[in-house]
Amino acid sequence: MKPRHKRFALIAAGLGGLAVAATLVLGAFQKNLVFFFTPTQIANHEAPQGRSFRVGGLVEAGSVKRQEDGVTVQFVVTDTARSIPVRFKGVLPDLFREGKGVVTQGKLGPDGVFHADEVLAKHDENYMPPEAKHAVEQAHNASRTLKQ
Amino acid sequence: MINWFKYSSPQTFFPLAGEMVPWFFALAVAFGAAGLYIGFFVAPTDAQQGEAYRIIFIHVAAAWMSMFLYLVMAFWAGVGLVFNTRLSAMVAQALAPTGALMTFIALWTGALWGKPTWGTWWVWDARLTSELILLFLYLGFIALQAAIDEPRRADKAGAVLALVGAVNVPIIYFSVKWWNTLHQGASVSLMAAPTMAKTMLWGMLMMALAFWMYALGAVLVRVRSILLERERHTDWVASYLGRLR
Repeated sequence: MKPRHKRFALIAAGLGGLAVAATLVLGAFQKNLVFFFTPTQIANHEAPQGRSFRVGGLVEAGSVKRQEDGVTVQFVVTDTARSIPVRFKGVLPDLFREGKGVVTQGKLGPDGVFHADEVLAKHDENYMPPEAKHAVEQAHNASRTLKQ
Repeated sequence: MINWFKYSSPQTFFPLAGEMVPWFFALAVAFGAAGLYIGFFVAPTDAQQGEAYRIIFIHVAAAWMSMFLYLVMAFWAGVGLVFNTRLSAMVAQALAPTGALMTFIALWTGALWGKPTWGTWWVWDARLTSELILLFLYLGFIALQAAIDEPRRADKAGAVLALVGAVNVPIIYFSVKWWNTLHQGASVSLMAAPTMAKTMLWGMLMMALAFWMYALGAVLVRVRSILLERERHTDWVASYLGRLR
């Protein structure tokens, strides 16, 4: 074996080992790398108890209610399987919409309501002009009417 | 048949690179102008984000380049380590600052986009954190090379760091798939149709090409100056400098 072949084999083996190590480490940290929990995970008691964590999902359509004081908002976060009510006092981001993604940080109260102290809008990977969005909604509504 | 090895010798590479540099920069300006024109005047407003989305024309191109340049840098560093070739280590060294610049632009524009869209400048989700680590890897590579006086030893130490750090690149790319992140998934990928309006996509591809061309030009300029510095005791550099005088 020429020296350069030896060096190549050494580097290839080193990188291979490193890749395996990285995979194992990431696998072990899988739980901790989660930025948010879904309502289903919370229903299965996978979310941490008694400390702050994040909930992610869609804001259920028609669920956003402003309280009397004008700054407290209540809405429901859903992953279409399970859902969780969220109460938040503060300013919502511009992209906060019903039916759109949201990530909120806070604590789960004993009453089953998630008390958020931060609400972030989660944008999806779809970029389209307003006309296209209108067309998509029309098509969606049409198919829904047909099914009914 | 082209003898590729001829071009890996510094004294043939140097003038060739010098001739290519203006072309790459000219193409960068042309693609950049086209991309920005499409991005600002042709592409429609996004239905959800309004005008703020237009930052993707810079953000996505820079983020792609930041990951791609790191892989190229690790590749050439690895080639230098295995074959002990002079030029490949210099190419790796020249790639690092441009890669770091791209990473910085991606992080910065991402923060500017994140504030109006998500409602925060920064979150510690997997995508953002791994991209920040990429910036530190670039800076670490530059610092390590600069800290060792003897160029050959500096190349070797840098190469090991570059190769080890390459593990991070797939983590950045797939982070949005593997874990729940605030950052959205890829709109454009090799596997699926892009989830993006056509004109927006065109603007983005133009900008990506512009960044490619800029990176090629900037890296070649830097390789040339590294070459002159490292080979300053050789005859061809002496005759080149003599001709300049």
